Amino acid sequence: MDKEKLLQMYFEMVQIRRLEERGAELYQAGKIGGFMHLYIGQEAVSTGLIAAREPRDRVITAYRDHGVALNCGISANEVMAELLGKVTGTSKGKGGSMHMADTSKNMWGGHAIVGGHLPIASGLALGDQYAGNDNVTLCMFGDGATNIGYFHEALNLAKTWGLRVLWVCENNQYGMGTAVERASAVDEIRQKAEGYGMKNSRVDGMNVLKVYEAARDAIKTVRETGQPYLLEAMTYRFRGHSMGDPERYRQQEEVKKWQENDPIGIFHAYLLGKNFATAAELDALDAKAEADTNTAVEFAEASPEPGMEELFADVYAD
Amino acid sequence: MARITMREAISQALMEEMDRDPAVFILGEEVGVWGGTYAVTKGFYDKYGAARVKDTPIAENAIIGAAIGAAMVGQRPVAELMTINFAFSAMDYIVNQAPKLHYMFGGQFKVPLVMRAVGGGGRQLGATHSQTPDAIFAHFPGLIVVSPGTPADAKGLLKSAIRSDNPVLFIEHATMYQTRGEVPEGEYLVPLEKSTVQRPGKDLTIVTYCKGLELSLKAAEELAKTGIEAEIVDLRTLRPLDMQPVLESFKKTNRAIVVEEGWKSYGVGAEVVSRMYESAFDYADAPILRVAQKEVPLPYNRALEQAALPQVADIVAAAQEVMK
Ligand SMILES: Cc1ncc(C[n+]2csc(CCOP(=O)(O)OP(=O)(O)O)c2C)c(N)n1
Ligand SMILES: [Mg+2]
Repeated sequence: MDKEKLLQMYFEMVQIRRLEERGAELYQAGKIGGFMHLYIGQEAVSTGLIAAREPRDRVITAYRDHGVALNCGISANEVMAELLGKVTGTSKGKGGSMHMADTSKNMWGGHAIVGGHLPIASGLALGDQYAGNDNVTLCMFGDGATNIGYFHEALNLAKTWGLRVLWVCENNQYGMGTAVERASAVDEIRQKAEGYGMKNSRVDGMNVLKVYEAARDAIKTVRETGQPYLLEAMTYRFRGHSMGDPERYRQQEEVKKWQENDPIGIFHAYLLGKNFATAAELDALDAKAEADTNTAVEFAEASPEPGMEELFADVYAD
Repeated sequence: MARITMREAISQALMEEMDRDPAVFILGEEVGVWGGTYAVTKGFYDKYGAARVKDTPIAENAIIGAAIGAAMVGQRPVAELMTINFAFSAMDYIVNQAPKLHYMFGGQFKVPLVMRAVGGGGRQLGATHSQTPDAIFAHFPGLIVVSPGTPADAKGLLKSAIRSDNPVLFIEHATMYQTRGEVPEGEYLVPLEKSTVQRPGKDLTIVTYCKGLELSLKAAEELAKTGIEAEIVDLRTLRPLDMQPVLESFKKTNRAIVVEEGWKSYGVGAEVVSRMYESAFDYADAPILRVAQKEVPLPYNRALEQAALPQVADIVAAAQEVMK
């Protein structure tokens, strides 16, 4: 991979981290409301995955969507403005943290009903199949989402009809406070694809390059065979499920252990170790992520609230 | 009598019923180790153990379906739907199975099931997580739909719901868990199918329930300052609907409004108002008005969301309109 792409991936991961850290502060300050689920700790998954897509490949995910939005090329300004409920946000301030989308970037939304977007992902791929192209739909979801019927119906349909979906399970070991083994008959989520005769594999989701390579190969397989594939990325969220999680269900030692395995730290060390970048170059990217985040907060704060005419706008398409 | 919160009242009802009847158990997402998303079952897991406080997978169909089955063989499950919005993911079980089984099999199957669900808007959770779809559920014969507006009613109604041999959907409001009120200690039952007057008045009748009660009580205070005494009738149970206190009040005041948080179209108000016209048309001195949510999915932005939800000022304005 060329240096430029590697550094871009590094930058995106740091940008997600910085933007969400500021988001958490703004939430505490009461400027962001509703539910906000941070992606901190899981940045390598969507960064590696989306770096491996072609722009024509579609992305759809759950409510933990800020990172995915940034990786898809939605600006930090628009993401922050949506968090603050401003009209300049991705969804005009009407969707909030859980509902970022930009069809021009082929980002088909964060979706808040667990598993609900999986049949829709099958449908995006169905639309492409019907149109006769070989676009791939990348559908991301959590481990918890594999226990709801939607998951099973969507996978079965995709395999039966030969739909080009790359199912990406972000196994962060918990669905809210419920550990995988307390809720799922098998704790290796990829095994669930076996029941549908679907190709599958597992990847270290804390290592962005491993995710990138696994995703690149899987996307290629999906595109060429016209069959779905399930990729399970092993990861961990460093923060609570959403803001205000008392975290009674896991030990702080466990969290610490995973934090030592920080995906940004791992990639930083890799880039230096392999001489892809100098410390000064990476520092400059860190500084740019910080500056972009500051700009995004200023932009969002200065942006107008949606006017009352927005209340009734878009209930129906014109 | 102790002054406790809605949360404590619901929690008390659950605990008392679990202590009273070993057939009562709880299942739902995050009800155990987490202690309930709204902390209603905090401490239950330690007290009753994993067999009676069951953390489930995220699988609403399996939660309600399995609860129905367990109820059919004599247990008394209390299934928690983390929010009523997720009831749509289990709609077949809630409206197409639970309410039908007793009737369709000639009275052989009983389904003594309680489904607790948290509803309501106002927390900036966006369109799919903020709904008040109570009327939809109240459409189905065979289902009992309860939605209390005070802590005492929450306790008394939930205890009755758990003892009922019928499926009961028990709808709580996400913004009312801190609401305080006097609640009798120990055994306290409120009958499931009775509306009640929550505030006496002579000039106008406000029919409402749940969050609407909180708003209407505030509106009544405002109206009292201008010399209008509103009588507030709290439906408490949406199905079966007890119209008697509504009609008695209306025959006295001759003017009425209905307040609900859900959408107006095909809503609770539509049902109540047509029943009022059907049986008390001659008593009306003014058209009966409805206060409800604007006909939009709820937006995230705080100001827009508040503009969409019924407010105290809307109730005051509607009351003044029917008093003209
Ligand atoms: C149908 C449905 N049920 C319950 C919820 C509440 N809920 C939101 S996120 C979540 C946990 C999901 O866990 P997982 O799929 O592992 O994703 P993660 O949050 O770990 O990224 C739950 C139970 C919901 N949004 N939708
Ligand atoms: Mg998870």
